Amino acid sequence: MKKRGPLFVMFLALAALLTGCGDSFVVLNPKGPQARTLSDTIVFSILMMVLILIVVYVLYIIMLVKYRAKKSNENYIPPYEEGSKWLEVIWTAIPIVIVIILSVVTVRTTNAVEKIPEGYQNQQPLVIYASSSNWKWHFSYPEEGIETVNYVNFPVNRPIEFRLYSFGPITSFWIPQLAGQKYAMSGMITKLNLVAEIPGSYMGKNTNFSGEGFAHMEFEAQGMSQKDYDDWAKKVKANEPKLTEAKFKELLKTAHVGRQSYSTNHLAFSPAPEDMSAGSMHDSGGNMGNMGNMHEHSSPASSDRTELGVSPNVSPTAMPEAMSPAASAAP
Amino acid sequence: MKWDEFFVTGEPMIYAAMVAIALTSIGIVAGLTYFKKWGYLWREWLTTVDHKRIGVMYIISALLMLFRGGVDALMMRAQTAAPDMKFLDAQHYNEVFTTHGLIMILFMAMPFIFGLMNVVVPLQIGARDVAFPRLNAISFWMFFFGAMLLNLSFVIGGSPDAGWSAYFPLASKEFSPSVGNNYYAIALQISGIGTLMTGINFLVTILRMRAPGLELMRMPMFTWSTLITSVIITFAFPVLTIALLLMTFDRLFDSQFFTMANGGMDMLWANLFWIWGHPEVYIVILPAFGIYSDIISTFSKKNLYGYKSMVVSMLAISLLSFVVWAHHFYTMGQGVMVNGFFSIATMAIAVPTGVKIFNWLFTLRKGRISFTTPMLYAMAFIPIFTIGGLTGVMLAMASADYHYHNTMFLVAHFHYVLIPGAVFAVIAGFHYWFPKVFGFRLNEKLGKLAFWLIVVCFNITFFPLFLLGLKGMTRRMYTYSAETGFGPLNFVSFLGALGLAAGFVVLVYNIYWSIRYSPRETTGDPWDARTLEWATHSPIPPYNFAEIPNVKTRDAFWFSKIDKNLPIFSGKLEPIHLPSNTGKPFVLGLAFFFLGFFLVFSLWTPAIIAGLAVLAIMAAMSFDRDHGIIIPVEEIRATEKKLRGESI
Repeated sequence: MKKRGPLFVMFLALAALLTGCGDSFVVLNPKGPQARTLSDTIVFSILMMVLILIVVYVLYIIMLVKYRAKKSNENYIPPYEEGSKWLEVIWTAIPIVIVIILSVVTVRTTNAVEKIPEGYQNQQPLVIYASSSNWKWHFSYPEEGIETVNYVNFPVNRPIEFRLYSFGPITSFWIPQLAGQKYAMSGMITKLNLVAEIPGSYMGKNTNFSGEGFAHMEFEAQGMSQKDYDDWAKKVKANEPKLTEAKFKELLKTAHVGRQSYSTNHLAFSPAPEDMSAGSMHDSGGNMGNMGNMHEHSSPASSDRTELGVSPNVSPTAMPEAMSPAASAAP
Repeated sequence: MKWDEFFVTGEPMIYAAMVAIALTSIGIVAGLTYFKKWGYLWREWLTTVDHKRIGVMYIISALLMLFRGGVDALMMRAQTAAPDMKFLDAQHYNEVFTTHGLIMILFMAMPFIFGLMNVVVPLQIGARDVAFPRLNAISFWMFFFGAMLLNLSFVIGGSPDAGWSAYFPLASKEFSPSVGNNYYAIALQISGIGTLMTGINFLVTILRMRAPGLELMRMPMFTWSTLITSVIITFAFPVLTIALLLMTFDRLFDSQFFTMANGGMDMLWANLFWIWGHPEVYIVILPAFGIYSDIISTFSKKNLYGYKSMVVSMLAISLLSFVVWAHHFYTMGQGVMVNGFFSIATMAIAVPTGVKIFNWLFTLRKGRISFTTPMLYAMAFIPIFTIGGLTGVMLAMASADYHYHNTMFLVAHFHYVLIPGAVFAVIAGFHYWFPKVFGFRLNEKLGKLAFWLIVVCFNITFFPLFLLGLKGMTRRMYTYSAETGFGPLNFVSFLGALGLAAGFVVLVYNIYWSIRYSPRETTGDPWDARTLEWATHSPIPPYNFAEIPNVKTRDAFWFSKIDKNLPIFSGKLEPIHLPSNTGKPFVLGLAFFFLGFFLVFSLWTPAIIAGLAVLAIMAAMSFDRDHGIIIPVEEIRATEKKLRGESI
């Protein structure tokens, strides 16, 4: 009948999706708990929507086939219908129920992906600062005291906490197979938790348009075993050049660079904006969902931050920054 | 300033555009001179305050802008049709997608809808014109010259290139030093003020100028949707006005509202933009709902099912539209509480929208459906818009949106909402009301050919983008490498875009064909329709109705046709008072254009002169003692006879 086009394409596409035609749908091919939660949410919502779509399409096709003008019904005069209270109640109530179900799923999953994933909460997260500048990503490791550009390595099966900020336009940090995205903005920090469960190389990118070089603003995220990671970090610390302030300033100005590694990081002379006024307001909002989470970090430099006050369970071991160059260099 | 900084240089396509603009302008001027039409143009169009003519001018401008925005779209699809294409460079691509968004939403969809509102709403409520006819003319010329100013940026100075949402700090002077975003701030400001005045105008018109007996709950659904839209405009547009003003100060006078230093907040722009931007979506979609309601009811030969719940659902949508803006940036890190609130508010919009879909389906039930071109668009709208709406619910889920945000999935979603929701609606309304304005129908065969091309190719163009989004392709990328695997689906989408373009060519050809060959109709009611606009002649006399109709029911015209006891006219004529034409709104628009242009380039002395001209014209209009014209009964009788085809 009429309008079979969209229906047909939809089914084709769904068939392709559900049979998992290839792993190329990165969003539905998770390699860590956060991405798995999101992928499950997406598949659940697609199924739910297909159900609704089928109901609407069946009704639609019935109406069009049955009530179209034909030679045989030329003298038919359609009746006057005011409406039907009960039918209208039904098609208001059912969508409300569906919205309630989806709301519960949304709030639960949003809460889950904002926290350190289930089963990894007893581990101390590895903090990595990821900052963007036209059009590259800087990764600073306060624990190891090293810095990389346009690639990031981390151990698998350990929670990673990315602290995001920007030296320019708003960017959005996304490693689709490991976690959802989050904005990196100037003058404040946003946090992204993830765990990689399978070693491998993952595509990471900026998704938020940030100017001329935007299309090339990708990086490689590599999950590796703890031993490989330690070896790599040691090698960088021992062999790579120091990142001086002058060198960093020059780097910020360069539009595109390849991969780079440094044995020191920029946090020492250009600390992350952890307690700027705008940022901390923003940040405390960002942590509302994390209140119950025991791994609230705070550097001594910002001990007046309210988060400390509202999370009395902060354990001393969960404060790796105390030893980090960032903290010691902060005023 | 040097000339090569003033004009955009170095791009063959831009030279082509300059030549095209110059040739078109020369052609228009030469044509007008040759056919001696300057006087006609000035008297009948540029100075008109007639809502119907203003409506027609809105629609013509919208069609031109549709062409411009469509060419932008084709260029984007061509550039991304295959990996590593070299058709456009990054800068040019960025300008093209920015202007595509701006033009399609602000200078195509909205004016097209305003055009239909202008033509139809006064007729549907049995009025002679809008409440403030001169203000209406000012609104149009502000929109028109705002649109021209933005289009000028393509050849002079460079177009805005920070996306139609112009997020700061990217759109700040620091990261976008060219004048492109000055054009953005000032062109949108000029046309935005026009829009705000339109909102107020229609609000007053519908509340104060309805024919006797036309209670609110008897109004046609398109008038209802216009009323609600006007309320949204009146509340949403001041936010844009202020946001753009702050942006203008940041860019022209180095203030620090949205910059990265001295306490500026880049997210403040994002919030202000979307507090206006989300209601803006409903400003283009609610009137579409009204158009579809009227069309579906007419061509099912039935009254609208669930009239009251249709009104209530539109009111609910209009209220909810103001509390969902943060769903445009769940990823800004607001945390679970805030994201949860905005998720639920957004999903709640699906409830009233669902009610409308089911009411439309049940209007069809027990009807006698004839598939004319306008009805076909309405029928294509239901299944396609449902996909758009349901993917909207998926995007509303904050957690899942961490994956969809900024991907092609989002792009596919909003095209699945806006094209059936706004574009199909204005095309449907265009075909539906065309005979009312011009006195002949558009050809049905060509109309249906265009319809099938547009609907099928729309799906071919945009469905692949859902899949590309799930593959991780982000929006606004001017290129990608072959390894990404994005190539094949993008190529399919490009082919679809070509088909879509062909569909629009057929649509425009249909206008030309019908002007030449379509049989002129005489009844004023070619569709056997239901609402008051069909009760007068086609084409419509300047005074709309010889006599103000008297309304006793919903669908008053329909019931006057089937029941002789419910007449809407008594046959008693009285002299008619109409506003007289004035050239001041046009001149005011022109003055705003020059003011805007000089501000864009920070040319202060000329800007001050143009600003004084604006104030002077406003003052002149304020002290204008023109009480309009009175048409005597004799003249009305003569006009009516002529329109009925009788000899005088």
